[in-house]
Amino acid sequence: MKYLFAAYIATWAIHGIYLGSLVQRFKRLRQQWKELGKK
Amino acid sequence: MKRLFPILSVITAALLAYALYEALVVAPTERTMGDVQRIFYYHVPSAWTAFLLFLVNLVASVTYLVRRNPKADALAVVCAEVGVVFCTIVLVTGPIWARPVWGIWWTWDVRLTTTLVLWLIYVSYLVLRRFSDSAQTPVLAAVLAIFGALDVPLVYFSIWFFRTQHPQPVIGGGGSLDPRMAHVLLINWLAFSCFAFLVCWSRYRLELMQREIEEAHAMESLAGTGVAAKASMPLGRSSR
Repeated sequence: MKYLFAAYIATWAIHGIYLGSLVQRFKRLRQQWKELGKK
Repeated sequence: MKRLFPILSVITAALLAYALYEALVVAPTERTMGDVQRIFYYHVPSAWTAFLLFLVNLVASVTYLVRRNPKADALAVVCAEVGVVFCTIVLVTGPIWARPVWGIWWTWDVRLTTTLVLWLIYVSYLVLRRFSDSAQTPVLAAVLAIFGALDVPLVYFSIWFFRTQHPQPVIGGGGSLDPRMAHVLLINWLAFSCFAFLVCWSRYRLELMQREIEEAHAMESLAGTGVAAKASMPLGRSSR
């Protein structure tokens, strides 16, 4: 069972890391967008 | 469109939860491998989803080469990136399954090696998009994507053409998969495909937003140097 859970946890960890990186990118771009709006 | 995304997200989350329940509880336990065989319900759908995304990347890349449509280029980048995520899952879950079943984490078997090569090709595609400033980058990346896509049938059919340690394909491979297992497999594939679609959608919006910001910065700097007349030049940089 430990291999099964390891595989499922690894899958969702990889998806989680990727989704987290997308959120970070979105925050950075939104900040840049706001700065552009101020100029 | 703004309402559609949350609705699809809720449906996909429910589908993923149901697929997980089916994989862990409903699917019958395999006789020789036991519970570790259930890794198959994540490993195989992830591989199919990655192949599908690389196929869309190929179509978008060819469209870009023919029509020079920047939206096709953006779609190609998005599919390659999300495809690499799914391919990474295949390369991680495969060895976790292999260790208890084969007794080894990895072997230089044709199926495993071609999958690793596929992953490396698309990682190099993303590295090219990330670090090259040239206006020719989208064209070079599109050509690389075509070479990458050639590896997909090689990965899939390698177990038919070569003697390999990897199990035979579950669809069209001559093996007999329990219908209940096939049902759970297809439910999981549907769930992961919906999830991939939503991730691609979000990532595509991000890509367009980033390109708009880069274009605005380029216009600003061109205006600052007094060459605003050249501002209509296409941007080479895209993915970051």
